[in-house]
Amino acid sequence: MRNLFHFLWRNQFFTLFILLELVSILLLSNSFSYQRSLRYHTLSDFAGSVFSSYNSVDQYFGLQKENLRLAQENARLRSQLSAHLFDPDTTTLKADSLFRFIPASVVSNSVSHRNNLIIVNKGQKQGVQKEMGVVSPDGVAGIVIGVSNNYAVIMSLLHHNAHISGRVKKNDQLVNVKWDQPDYRFGTITDIPSHLQLEINDSIVTSGNSLIFPKDILIGFVEEHTKMTGEHLGSAVIRFSTDFNSLKQVYLIENYQANELDTLLLQISEQ
Amino acid sequence: MNHTLFINFLRFILLTLLQVLVFNNMDLGGYLTPAVYVLFILLLPETINKSLLLLLGFFTGLTIDIFLNTPGLHAGATVLMAFARPGVLRLFFRNLEFSTGEAPGLVKLGISGFIRYALVLIFIQHLALFLLESFSFQHFGQTLYRTFLSSLLTLLIILIVVLSTTTRKK
Repeated sequence: MRNLFHFLWRNQFFTLFILLELVSILLLSNSFSYQRSLRYHTLSDFAGSVFSSYNSVDQYFGLQKENLRLAQENARLRSQLSAHLFDPDTTTLKADSLFRFIPASVVSNSVSHRNNLIIVNKGQKQGVQKEMGVVSPDGVAGIVIGVSNNYAVIMSLLHHNAHISGRVKKNDQLVNVKWDQPDYRFGTITDIPSHLQLEINDSIVTSGNSLIFPKDILIGFVEEHTKMTGEHLGSAVIRFSTDFNSLKQVYLIENYQANELDTLLLQISEQ
Repeated sequence: MNHTLFINFLRFILLTLLQVLVFNNMDLGGYLTPAVYVLFILLLPETINKSLLLLLGFFTGLTIDIFLNTPGLHAGATVLMAFARPGVLRLFFRNLEFSTGEAPGLVKLGISGFIRYALVLIFIQHLALFLLESFSFQHFGQTLYRTFLSSLLTLLIILIVVLSTTTRKK
């Protein structure tokens, strides 16, 4: 035992190196799966405020483009509103009344890493919680994985742990959406039933099966679907509707019934 | 000695801010992010205690990690780079004598010497960084490609920074 300590002390440079690398990998291992990053993610208000003060200057350079995008979104929402206004059927409860949208500005974002994170300027004090869905004016953007008092970290769709459940809009078939491309504009949908033929520009929307995203939020459009012979479930390339590289405004989605559904599911699993 | 400490501290703050606020926002082709903060490790005095060198590598990386929300990623890569530094210096500049507190910088190594020294260490750091980030050898070709291009970009920016801040002694 004494010899061991003696050896370690004599090679303290190497021992310290191994020790520090182990600590690093241990820290890094917290981001290996979605569940782990959800559990361990923390964000310091300090880092958020540094980005925020930088962003308050940077924001001015994209104002024109951002205005245009928000105007387009307004137009789209107005057209939806007028369609619902004259909806004769008043017996159904509108699904969107279950959700609250919290607007937020992006203070930090990246697209060039294998795992990209977005930081926004809304946090616990504004009612943000982990596992809230995040959408941009153009479509799905990510899922909240960490909150501090005034900021929240979002796992962007461009993250190897981000898998969301999607649906082919024209025929309601369920598919899975993930990102394994080097290019930030394109994603992959997997588990496409082999009888299904997708056309280019078919819309992929959220399935509404999870508590995170409401139904029918745009994810992207089919870019390329090559059928594999002999394979049961196919995959295809999609073009994300959200432009992650120019993300400025996002909405965080609170599901009012998430808790209720959670406890219900828990009850069932306990029985 | 105090002067050296002060200079290095200032360099640490400035490089961290530059990295977090400028270079991390610089996505060339959605692919390349230079890691200019490693210049801090490159320019630490040659006579520094080796264990201190490792610890500084760890904390430099961790500081960047805190801002980028990637705990452990940059720390691990920068520790490896700090670990390799004494060996690389010995390999290239066996006959060079350093006085206490003297940095292996442009003035001491000369331009071609500094480029060789910096490039090897930058490459080691970037390779570790990109491998840790994808944590698999699955897209190894792509990882290698990113490592090469990002290393060259980092080296270029570091040279610009170093050349514009070095005053040549007459």
